[in-house]
Amino acid sequence: MRNLSSDLSGRQPRQLPGMELRKRAERYFGFGAASSVTSWLMNLWEYVEDRWDLILFETAQHASMVAQCVLVAAVLGVLVGVATYRHPRMASLATSSAGVLFTVPSLALLGLMIPLLGLGVAPSVTAIVIYALLPIVRNTVVGLQGVDPLLVDAARGIGMSRRRTLARIELPLAWPVILTGIRVSTQLAMGIGAVAAYVSGPGLGEQIFSGLARLGGANAVNATLTGTIGVAVLALLFDACYVLLGRLTAPDGPLRRLVTRSAHV
Amino acid sequence: MSEPSTRGVPIELRKVTKAFPGGRAPAVQELDLTIAAGEIVVLVGPSGCGKTTTMRMINRLIEPTSGDILIDGRSSRDIDPDRLRRHIGYVIQQAGLFPHMTVASNIAQVPKLLGWDRRRIAERVDELLTLVGLEPSTFRDTFPRRLSGGQQQRVGVARALAADPPVLLMDEPFGALDPISRQRLQDELLRLQDDLSKTIVFVTHDIDEALKLGDHIAIMQRPGHIVQYARPAEILTNPADAYVEEFLGAGSSMRLLSLTKVGDIELDQVPYAAEDADAREVLAEMERDGRGYALVLDGMRRPLRWVTTAHLKGREGPVGTTGDEISGSIGRRKTLQDALEELLNADTDIVPVTGRHQAYEGALSLATVQNAIQSIKARERERRMLRLGREEGG
Repeated sequence: MRNLSSDLSGRQPRQLPGMELRKRAERYFGFGAASSVTSWLMNLWEYVEDRWDLILFETAQHASMVAQCVLVAAVLGVLVGVATYRHPRMASLATSSAGVLFTVPSLALLGLMIPLLGLGVAPSVTAIVIYALLPIVRNTVVGLQGVDPLLVDAARGIGMSRRRTLARIELPLAWPVILTGIRVSTQLAMGIGAVAAYVSGPGLGEQIFSGLARLGGANAVNATLTGTIGVAVLALLFDACYVLLGRLTAPDGPLRRLVTRSAHV
Repeated sequence: MSEPSTRGVPIELRKVTKAFPGGRAPAVQELDLTIAAGEIVVLVGPSGCGKTTTMRMINRLIEPTSGDILIDGRSSRDIDPDRLRRHIGYVIQQAGLFPHMTVASNIAQVPKLLGWDRRRIAERVDELLTLVGLEPSTFRDTFPRRLSGGQQQRVGVARALAADPPVLLMDEPFGALDPISRQRLQDELLRLQDDLSKTIVFVTHDIDEALKLGDHIAIMQRPGHIVQYARPAEILTNPADAYVEEFLGAGSSMRLLSLTKVGDIELDQVPYAAEDADAREVLAEMERDGRGYALVLDGMRRPLRWVTTAHLKGREGPVGTTGDEISGSIGRRKTLQDALEELLNADTDIVPVTGRHQAYEGALSLATVQNAIQSIKARERERRMLRLGREEGG
């Protein structure tokens, strides 16, 4: 008992700064008095429920923007990779220039685009495509260069043209590596897509930025959290799609099996 | 085969030179080589001697710097390289199968390029798998990585034969295999060639493989020229110079044994008779011969039994089924080495030799083989003396 009371009395003075901090935080983030985790989650849920249509719309926008940007970047990146992989110097030029662009902070790049492209979709899409290019170019080059030269020789030796060798042998063999590049690009695009709200781009970034802009105000944290969690969930969903795509397009996966079966019955 | 296969065509290399940019000496120098239709020609030599370059110029994977290559009388320059290659089978080391395609799909590549319809391709794939000794239903839909090295190379050969090309190029195809698989595949290539009669250009650095497979062998030396182009026996008994001799290494006589066919040496002749021959006449012939035994043949002249004087003494009428059954026979296409092996394992000192349809052709004993070895050695010595005399004279 003595111990307990002394403990209690000992804790008393140390509680003060903590209380102070909590109060300040509550004031700051607008938590209100009931600040246990459950009530906090309830609060967030209420926020999401109230704006369900808007959030769903923004999520769809975000997903569609990322998907389209990655698609464009994939087509461009694979083309650049295919055009350069046979010439080591060109290939390293392509990867290093993509690398240089990569080092520019996304916020800065977006800002630099305002005078050129204004606000909205155009600068957002451009920036995302630029960032998404590097992993795809690099992996396409690495993947194509990694194809056993013996197989290319065999393909050419049995009379396949350069283009057919590329389409039937080199690209299919490099595909897993290229797919990994596209996957990494997608994750990047997710994050940069959120930052794109800085130039009034579409998507979940709007939630994050509006939340951050009125920090301390009502629902500021809820907005930021909704945006962040939404982007994370979307990223996981996309990743799952890539795992599925990888399985489907594996050499003995169902897609290719279907193709070879239909060719040999 | 459902349709008769295309036979080989002649290939001629005329003053073919290949200089790679940056290389000091040309990789191949003014090379002349005439390859007869339906022959296996082996290009053999140490690495860097230009043998692979020479082969790759035939299907224009490498373009000659100068000179002409005629395939069936047509200059290869006049044919689009991709088109040309579809009519020249190509087999490389480790088979080079496409790992993302099934065995069937691998074999089907050239027919697909040639625009065959699906059904014809599927039939051809099964036919080829059977031809190279792989059960179609088991192997058709498997992926190359599930196959052993030997099986992969069989598929490689099937892929090269897919569109029934008259010419086959093989670049060290069995180099990466274990000795047993290698030997088996070499034997099967020879068996296939008996039926197909393609013109085959085969590159290897293994002189034993060259001697075994080649109808003609071109021994190449750095940089890029042919030192000797001759039949294997000729190369063994009469090497062109010290380089060839060194390249052959020791054991030429033993190799000669494995190169000489039983049919090529002088065989023993023993008295023989049909089952319905008169026993007394046969006995009389055996006594004339002096060795005291004879061979009984069936109606197709196939050896059945040995009979001795003891078997026939006092017998009236036909020879019939008396005598000791033969323990085996040696085919005339067997090598002397194989024949020797069989002789050593046989119950009798003399073994009948058979030719077409297993018909009797003669007999072989240790003494016959010994005589043959001696005469080959004598021939070799004579040639060497001749050459030495020539060299001293020149």
